[in-house]
Amino acid sequence: MRKVGVIGAGMTLFRRRLQETGKEMCFEATKMALDSAGLTRADIDMVVNGTAPDAFDGVHMKGEYLLDGCGGYRKPYTRVFTGGGTGVFSSIAGWWHVASGLADAVLVVNEEKMSSCQPHPQSVFAHIWDPILDRPLRPNLIWIFAMEMNRYMHVHGVKKEDIARVAVKNKRNAVGHPCAQLADPNITVDDVLNSEVMAWPVQRLDISPPSDGASAIVLASEDFIRRRKIKDRAWMSGVGWCIDSTMWTDRDLYFPEYVARAAQTAYKRAKISDPRRQIDFAEPYDPFDYKELHHLEGLLLARKGEAPILTREGVTERDGDLPVCPSGGLMGVGNPIAATMGQKIGELFWQLTNQAGKRQIPHEVHTGVAQAWGDLMQYGSVVVMSS
Amino acid sequence: MTFLDRTTDARRFRQWEGNMEADYIYTSGVAGERFFVALRDGGKMLASRCVACNLDYLPPRLFCEDCFAELSEFVDVPPEGRVAAVTMAHLDRRGTPLSRPQVWALVTFEGIRGGLVHRLLVPPAKARVGLAVRAKLKARGDRVGAVTDIEGFEPVRS
Amino acid sequence: MSERIKKWPGVELSAADLNEGKVTQTRFRPNAKYAWSAGEAMSRFLAELQNGRLIARTCHSCKRILFPPRMFCESCFRPTDEWTFIQDTGTIETFSISYLDTDAKRIPDPILVGVVSIDGASPKMGMMHYFGDMTKEQIRIGMRVKAVWRPWEERRGSVLDIRHFGPLKEDAK
Repeated sequence: MRKVGVIGAGMTLFRRRLQETGKEMCFEATKMALDSAGLTRADIDMVVNGTAPDAFDGVHMKGEYLLDGCGGYRKPYTRVFTGGGTGVFSSIAGWWHVASGLADAVLVVNEEKMSSCQPHPQSVFAHIWDPILDRPLRPNLIWIFAMEMNRYMHVHGVKKEDIARVAVKNKRNAVGHPCAQLADPNITVDDVLNSEVMAWPVQRLDISPPSDGASAIVLASEDFIRRRKIKDRAWMSGVGWCIDSTMWTDRDLYFPEYVARAAQTAYKRAKISDPRRQIDFAEPYDPFDYKELHHLEGLLLARKGEAPILTREGVTERDGDLPVCPSGGLMGVGNPIAATMGQKIGELFWQLTNQAGKRQIPHEVHTGVAQAWGDLMQYGSVVVMSS
Repeated sequence: MTFLDRTTDARRFRQWEGNMEADYIYTSGVAGERFFVALRDGGKMLASRCVACNLDYLPPRLFCEDCFAELSEFVDVPPEGRVAAVTMAHLDRRGTPLSRPQVWALVTFEGIRGGLVHRLLVPPAKARVGLAVRAKLKARGDRVGAVTDIEGFEPVRS
Repeated sequence: MSERIKKWPGVELSAADLNEGKVTQTRFRPNAKYAWSAGEAMSRFLAELQNGRLIARTCHSCKRILFPPRMFCESCFRPTDEWTFIQDTGTIETFSISYLDTDAKRIPDPILVGVVSIDGASPKMGMMHYFGDMTKEQIRIGMRVKAVWRPWEERRGSVLDIRHFGPLKEDAK
């Protein structure tokens, strides 16, 4: 397998509603990524698109619809989709293209336009449930998170204050992000704890918002990077992905075993035997505040039940020993499902190439891990990147 | 692989009914906004121009799919177009027979990439590829900035 | 990145811009109706719900009692072996107190909902359902519960043939 580097990244503003069509958002993000890598569309061999269910945008065959905005016109082009896990998974699909030797330079473009769905994308989230077992109960997607969060809190005796700290940290971290939808420099733990109860234990400020947005990265082979004398690059040193059963009522929700398996695959490839020591910072998927903690444990960066303690002790702050979601994450920057690649893979690239500006981790970092999660609480995708 | 315990009485199989409730508002987008505002307020169609590729796009796009430049120049689409392809619909989109067949066409314009699919306002016997047509618009007061502001395409010389 | 990019793309719209038609737009409401075939396992499961019973499938290879029932074992990847009735009692594994209905609209009286692992199935295997005959102060993880069935004539062969799971009085067993 060949070495694969990320050499450019771009993203649009993340907002509840953008005027741009999905194609137009893709174009903006893609153009920015190409410009940052110093390439044009002609330099690109193949294109990968990542985007969540068609029902959000309200366009069937969304991958085909978006292709010209993704730079895929008359090129080998594939859309991939693994639920929320697409946020990191599409970059893994891009990695295959280059690592295998099939392509030298590849675009990966992720998009979501959730504002099309009226009055709230929630109504189509209901369609992910099993039509016979779950949907007759008229479930709301937040129930999934509420039930998983409650189980996690119960097993480890986690307090809501410690979970709220994640929301506070990420919304504050997002203040330095030019695309952020919900940055808040003054938010406190009490604000989170006093926000409206949606589906206990989930309160309004425990949740990331639905958003419109797109993000893009450029991947290239080691050869290509050397030939083109590209300076800003970060290597994708490990990739892993894993899925559990859709029979989600058959497993203990307190620990995401599938994330751990994905992480182990990625760490093995990246030659990481002691993740807590060898990984300098992390961008785990944080659509809800507790998910960051849940995923830190799944990523083996904290022992089971230890992530809330690390958070309370400040270890996961941007200037802590293990900065977590220095981008501001989904909680602060926004959650256009697949397009969260911008805060995950994009942030790893920007941090590792010292381009993160106000968000730059103050100490030197060499290795980061990004992870996304999705489907019916069952999918984990993990990428390790190194400078 | 075969199931060892297979039901052979089809009457015992059940089904579960449901629907997928969803409701959408699609924004026209940046280039689309220019197109539909010009259609609604000016009664004309715009194409976006890629200077580098010497190419005009209809419907207009924000970017050139080829050279990937951002397009900010808009030009008027010539009033007269030609039928590039034509079909007759005998059923509506639910499969119900129509009382009279509808004629649909892809209308293209010289020198412009793309075109519009729309109703062709001629009897089926007169519908043919190559027919010179122009857009028939709704009255100004009835136009809302959507593709249905165009009633259809009618022959230039009838 | 923050330094090099002067303008981040995206034109933000307000809800009013969209709903009051300040920008041009097209509206569409799909009318998608489905009839899902329940298949082998779910057809039997639904029939037994109508009979007031919960049924599972066994896998002789991994020795699990699989609930909800399925015709193949996803772990051993072989056909499952036998039908077996399990109890209609269980344990609350997790729950939520939801002030949101299915469309994310607020409701004044919260729904108690969660996962109940069913007695007789393999550990942690269960289903999502409502909880009732208990207050939001009383519900807790680990609570023992029993299905409250709708009267026979109201059952339709649906998970809703169980009205909810209510507290199990162990000594009444």
